[in-house]
Amino acid sequence: MFTLPALTSDVGVNVNTSAKLTGTSRRPLEPVGKFFLQHATRTLRNHTWSEFEKIQAEENVKNVEESNVDPDELLFDIELADETLLHHDARDWKTADLYAAMGLSKLRYNATENQIIKAHRKQVVKYHPDKQSAAGVGLEQDAFFKIIQKAFETLTDKTKRMQYDSCDFVADVEPPKKGSEYDFFEAWGPVFESEARFSKKTPAPQLGDMETEKKDVESFYSFWHRFDSWRTFEFLDEDVPDDSSNRDHKRYIERKNKAARDKKKTADNSRLVKLVERAMNEDPRIKMFKEEEKKEKERKKWEREAGARAEAEAKAKAEAEAKAKAETEAAAAASAKADKKKSKEAAKAAKKKNKRAVRNAGKDNDYFGDADQAATIDEQLGLIVDSFDDEQLVDVAAKIKANASESKAILQESAKAMIDSGKLPASLLSYFA
Amino acid sequence: MSSPIIGIHFGNTSSSIAYINPKNDVDVIANPDGERAIPSVLSYVGEDEYHGGQALQQLIRNPKNTIVNFRDFIGLPFAECDVSKCANGAPAIELDGKVGFVISRGEGKEEQLTVDEVVSRHLNRLKLAAEDYIGQTIAKVVITIPTNFSADQKLALSEAASKVGLQIVQFINEPSAALLAHVEQFNIEKDCNIVVADFGGVRSDAAVIAIRNGMFTILSTVHDLNLGGDNLDTELVEYFAKDFEKKTKSNPRNNARSMAKLRSNAILTKKTLSNATSATISIDSLADGFDYHTSINRMRYELTANKVFSQFVSFINTVIEKTGLDNLDIDAVLLAGGVSFTPKLTSNLEFLFPESVEILGPQNKDASNYPNELSASGAALQARLIADYDDDELKDAAQPVVVNTLHLQKAIGFVDGNGEFVPVLLPETSYPVQKKITFSNAQGDLLLGVYEGKSYVEEKTLEPEQREEDEEDSEEWSDEEPETVREKHYKTTAKLMELGVKDVKKGLEVTFNVNKDSVLRVTARDLKTGAVTKGEL
Repeated sequence: MFTLPALTSDVGVNVNTSAKLTGTSRRPLEPVGKFFLQHATRTLRNHTWSEFEKIQAEENVKNVEESNVDPDELLFDIELADETLLHHDARDWKTADLYAAMGLSKLRYNATENQIIKAHRKQVVKYHPDKQSAAGVGLEQDAFFKIIQKAFETLTDKTKRMQYDSCDFVADVEPPKKGSEYDFFEAWGPVFESEARFSKKTPAPQLGDMETEKKDVESFYSFWHRFDSWRTFEFLDEDVPDDSSNRDHKRYIERKNKAARDKKKTADNSRLVKLVERAMNEDPRIKMFKEEEKKEKERKKWEREAGARAEAEAKAKAEAEAKAKAETEAAAAASAKADKKKSKEAAKAAKKKNKRAVRNAGKDNDYFGDADQAATIDEQLGLIVDSFDDEQLVDVAAKIKANASESKAILQESAKAMIDSGKLPASLLSYFA
Repeated sequence: MSSPIIGIHFGNTSSSIAYINPKNDVDVIANPDGERAIPSVLSYVGEDEYHGGQALQQLIRNPKNTIVNFRDFIGLPFAECDVSKCANGAPAIELDGKVGFVISRGEGKEEQLTVDEVVSRHLNRLKLAAEDYIGQTIAKVVITIPTNFSADQKLALSEAASKVGLQIVQFINEPSAALLAHVEQFNIEKDCNIVVADFGGVRSDAAVIAIRNGMFTILSTVHDLNLGGDNLDTELVEYFAKDFEKKTKSNPRNNARSMAKLRSNAILTKKTLSNATSATISIDSLADGFDYHTSINRMRYELTANKVFSQFVSFINTVIEKTGLDNLDIDAVLLAGGVSFTPKLTSNLEFLFPESVEILGPQNKDASNYPNELSASGAALQARLIADYDDDELKDAAQPVVVNTLHLQKAIGFVDGNGEFVPVLLPETSYPVQKKITFSNAQGDLLLGVYEGKSYVEEKTLEPEQREEDEEDSEEWSDEEPETVREKHYKTTAKLMELGVKDVKKGLEVTFNVNKDSVLRVTARDLKTGAVTKGEL
């Protein structure tokens, strides 16, 4: 370690300005190695030392990040999950939590073979009797190490691991208590996830959420209704004694084990059926789907009845229309009748007026200067008027009205027409002929 | 990953190829015959071309068509080449002013090969071996060359390589490559001076390399083109020939083929003796129908070749003298090349150097077990480094402004609590440089005196008893004479500055910084409070 002399006199910064670095030489560097390349970068880019150090530090950080620790290690238990395991009787290893002993209490049935091997190595390094004795623990206290070894043996054998996983009740997730308040998906998701580990068919469908489509929900429940489980209960078997002792006893135990296994299996199956039934009953989606179905049904019914309804409506409409039509028609007829009468009366009045006009033509025009013949004129005028048809009457009346002075000529003309047509004999119309 | 860049060590006697395997380790690639040190030999029998160990065997039966020791000739005019090296194989002749070989390809057909063509073919075989091993095509290589290769030679080598589809991305010097491989494997972090001695088959090279902050500077180099493992073989062959003549009254020296047989077996014996203390040699019908069988122990061999071994040692001395350094200035001797396997070489060097010098040979646990592969490994490591850079960046990095840097002549350091000078920046440190030292126990008011220092060697005469604690040595030198012990010390030559650092709480970090304008800046920073005291020269 370097040391420095103590400061005896008061020296601040005292630079010997007269001193110079002894002459320097210019030599080639060997252009090899990373330090040279760093030097080259520094020179070419004109980096200062602090910039260079910063860049180096950044690179180092990058390197460290890239070479980070084994991701598996992070999943292992840092400390023993269950301290009581340390004092567990090695002969009772079956009752110990083997995953916890391996430091895999977080992974359990999810642990891969590689992770098991790694975890085992880690535990062995820590709990090997040699290591433990070095730490002051007696060499004979190797029960936990034996359990670790048993756990490794069990978990690395495919069949044995299957049997152990079947009876790994710690990994079971209890369904939510009835009557308590819970979110369906939060509470049941893990339950189904843990049950799915026994599925022969993989992957098992997910519970999903409120947005899951009906088809998926239905296939989820049909999967669980027809669940094919590999769960076995051999791990809980009573130990079969060596066949050398007593063959009958051995067979008896075996039979007993088998019966117990079958019983457990049946119980487990019925448990699962009940579980699925309950989940289905509680599933808000199922309720939602049922309601939707009901609504749909109603809607369908409504649609189905639409034809008849339209028909009735059309009929009513037609009836109403007919009725309205009849009414209007009646009203029209009535009014037409009245009109006719009126016009008739008007025509009659007009005729009367015209007749009067023509009849009075002589009188009005001072009998055309022939006042002496007034009686004849009036009589003959009466004849003419009576012989006129309606048209002639209107025509003549209009002419007379328009041109009263010419009335004699007009009347003569009409008298002539009347004589010519033979309506009246000329004798009767002596004045006008 | 695109195709990897491989490192090639191309030697006169043997070549090695290395690459960085996907596990990020250096792999020295064996050729299909399983040789990791692939003999640089090409041999032609009729239409067939043999390479490596297979070609080497042809040296006995078919020496006229077997090309050996051609590396040094590349890019050189014929007049400058010492063609006597090829005496054992195909004779070298002048072709277009260069060295060439005339090879018979059967049925009276002859092929004239210039050395460039031979090198191309050799590199191609190496390339094929590497591709075979890696399973990817290879287009880029880093190749090692001796420090005395001229620009013309580099160019010729580049051209020979490009002819077989190899782009040489960088030439690196053999000693630097070897040192790089060593440093990579055995982390040398402190600054030191290292002699890299490469004893090959036909030539020896040594260089003194200063490592300063991880950067290498070659201080000096020496080459001996006539010293190498072959000299050991010659001694051994001579010994066997004498022995054979004595036993059978028949002289194998008269017959080139006998000599070739003897030499090839002597080489095997020599290699065995590196690992075992005795070895046998047996040759059927060595000369005049006589078989030869004998065994030799390591001691006999070492005595026989003692002259050559002392040449090796003095060769290393030459390079240190040439640098102007003392043995005490050397921190280690790194042995590379095939001869380094010989235990005698290490023990001779241990005898020569003071204990402070580490002999980094295969016998040392802190050194590679395969000194002949160091160079190739270094090339591969360099290849890994430059794989991240594109060609332009590399070209920039090779600019003289980057490569040629200023180096300090004298050490800069401070005086510690005992009044001793402690060097921080050693001589030959290239700058700009920055170095930090931490005084973790510093406390109170302190004086930081910055000086230039110089090393000197102090000789002391010790009484024999004091050596006895070193049992190994006491056996060797059981003489009663007083022992002279040399020690390296520093003395201050010029005071540069004094910094009074006041009220240090706990820990002080001192930064020595020399920028490119030769300005020395010393900064003392209190680790606890962050208070800074600065001085600039």
